[in-house]
Amino acid sequence: MLSQTWLIFRQQLRLSLREPVWYIIGLIQPLIYLCLFAPLLRPLAGGPGFPPGSALQVFVPGLVVQMGMFGTLFVGFALMADMRAGVIERLRVTPASRLALLLGRVGKDVLMLTLQSALLLSVATAMGLRASPLAWVLLLGLVALLGVSLASLSYAAALTLKSEDALAQMLNTVSVPAMLLSGILLPMTLAPKWLQGLARANPFSYVVDAARAAMGSMVIASTLWLGIGVALGLAVVGLWAGKRTFERESA
Amino acid sequence: MNLIECRDLKRTYRKGKRIVEAVKGVTFSVKAGEIVGFLGPNGAGKTTTQRMLVTLLEPTGGEAEVAGHDLRREPQEVRRRIGYVAQRGSANPKATVLEDLVLQGRLYGMGPADAAARALDLCQRLDLKGLGERHTETLSGGQRRRLDIAMGLIHSPKLVFLDEPSTGLDPQSRANLWTHIRDLRQREGATLFLTTHYLDEADALCDRILILDAGRIVAEGSPAELKARIAGDLVTLQLGGAEEAGRAADRLRGLEGVRDASVFESQARITVDRGDQRVLPLMKALGEAGMDVQSVQVSRPSLDDVFLTLTGRTLRDAQEAA
Repeated sequence: MLSQTWLIFRQQLRLSLREPVWYIIGLIQPLIYLCLFAPLLRPLAGGPGFPPGSALQVFVPGLVVQMGMFGTLFVGFALMADMRAGVIERLRVTPASRLALLLGRVGKDVLMLTLQSALLLSVATAMGLRASPLAWVLLLGLVALLGVSLASLSYAAALTLKSEDALAQMLNTVSVPAMLLSGILLPMTLAPKWLQGLARANPFSYVVDAARAAMGSMVIASTLWLGIGVALGLAVVGLWAGKRTFERESA
Repeated sequence: MNLIECRDLKRTYRKGKRIVEAVKGVTFSVKAGEIVGFLGPNGAGKTTTQRMLVTLLEPTGGEAEVAGHDLRREPQEVRRRIGYVAQRGSANPKATVLEDLVLQGRLYGMGPADAAARALDLCQRLDLKGLGERHTETLSGGQRRRLDIAMGLIHSPKLVFLDEPSTGLDPQSRANLWTHIRDLRQREGATLFLTTHYLDEADALCDRILILDAGRIVAEGSPAELKARIAGDLVTLQLGGAEEAGRAADRLRGLEGVRDASVFESQARITVDRGDQRVLPLMKALGEAGMDVQSVQVSRPSLDDVFLTLTGRTLRDAQEAA
């Protein structure tokens, strides 16, 4: 199973690196946020309701998580293209493990996402973000777990829905509230009580909080552990759903 | 030895509130070394049956043994032993021919050197030589089809399934593809099971044909046997209208040497033992009855006639209705 995962991973990576421009484009939007939105937060930093830390320390973790969400949620479209070309069916008639077919793809997505996040962090560092090596590791680890979860779920959704239109509708419907209710752009500590309550029902908000905690803006160990736990849980749920969908006959 | 043995294989699915029986129970077997084809219009259940046999769809009833292993209990063992060439193609557009072939071989458990050697060998044999580094999206339709076949053969399976192998190809590429398919049995010793809605394809390739209509096998035999079913020759008489054709058929039924008379649109279709000898008496009989025949055609029966005799529809009509 591992060697099959490696085969799929290598093939996916080779195909992706043939058109690296898409990964650069994926970085442009977060960079624009970093340059044009982050300065707005500077006067707010240290003010009432704002978590401790510099504006960048509060904003950049959210931005990295956002890139992780949007970069991986849409990988299902690539799978859909492969389904149309008959590639998926061709792989499914081989004795290769169904989990390997999924893991190879997810592995590539997570690797590319981690590289993008590291690049984004480097730019933020150049702009004045101060982050310890441990913060880097924790943040990249959280984003990678999130990537595992969302890429798997996106593939599962693509296999189930079998239609680009339906997938686009579903992802937009899910991703916008998930993003707004996770305090990615502005911390939820600024929100009124009812909105904070809603955010608590959103698993992604714990991951964002943990990412901020890792950056040192909220030095609360329990927030960090809770977020890591939630991210791990999301990854397991995503993989489980993805594996099940890949194994089901109609997929 | 039988490489395919299926008993009462069924597949139903739900479409809204309706239950659709795509395959209503098919029973047949395929011996090692045979080329067997499913012939029938779109929607007859050919592809659905084949997808069940290659483990892509789970049967909703019946059982099957493929390449010596039970389809339901040991799908993994079945997968190892069969090759499948799907109708819609299978190549990754952005990958190169060799990348795709080698990946496929390695997923079947071949070592890197073996897979590469086999990929080159197949390219050579299937007229893909020199195209190994090309991205598959730049190949012609015929080349891509042959790559699909190479992909299905990479692990040297004993049993190969081909779904509508020549659909969408120009006549020259079709003839070329048929040569390659016949070659598979000779050089690879492979047993082939294919689906087609082309009569000429079934006639050109198959030792044995199973005619499928509306989810059931309606006839089975070699192309020659099936043609012999509607024994004798066919005399097609073109008359002024359906009513007149009906009267002509009634008039001729019972004449010496006439085995059957049927009506299709404004034609009377008369099956006779010897077409060359019976045409004149038929014409004479109609002339005496004062009926005007616009044209006469004498033909050896084709598989299309077989399909018409068995189902009351021409294959083309069935195709359009589907």
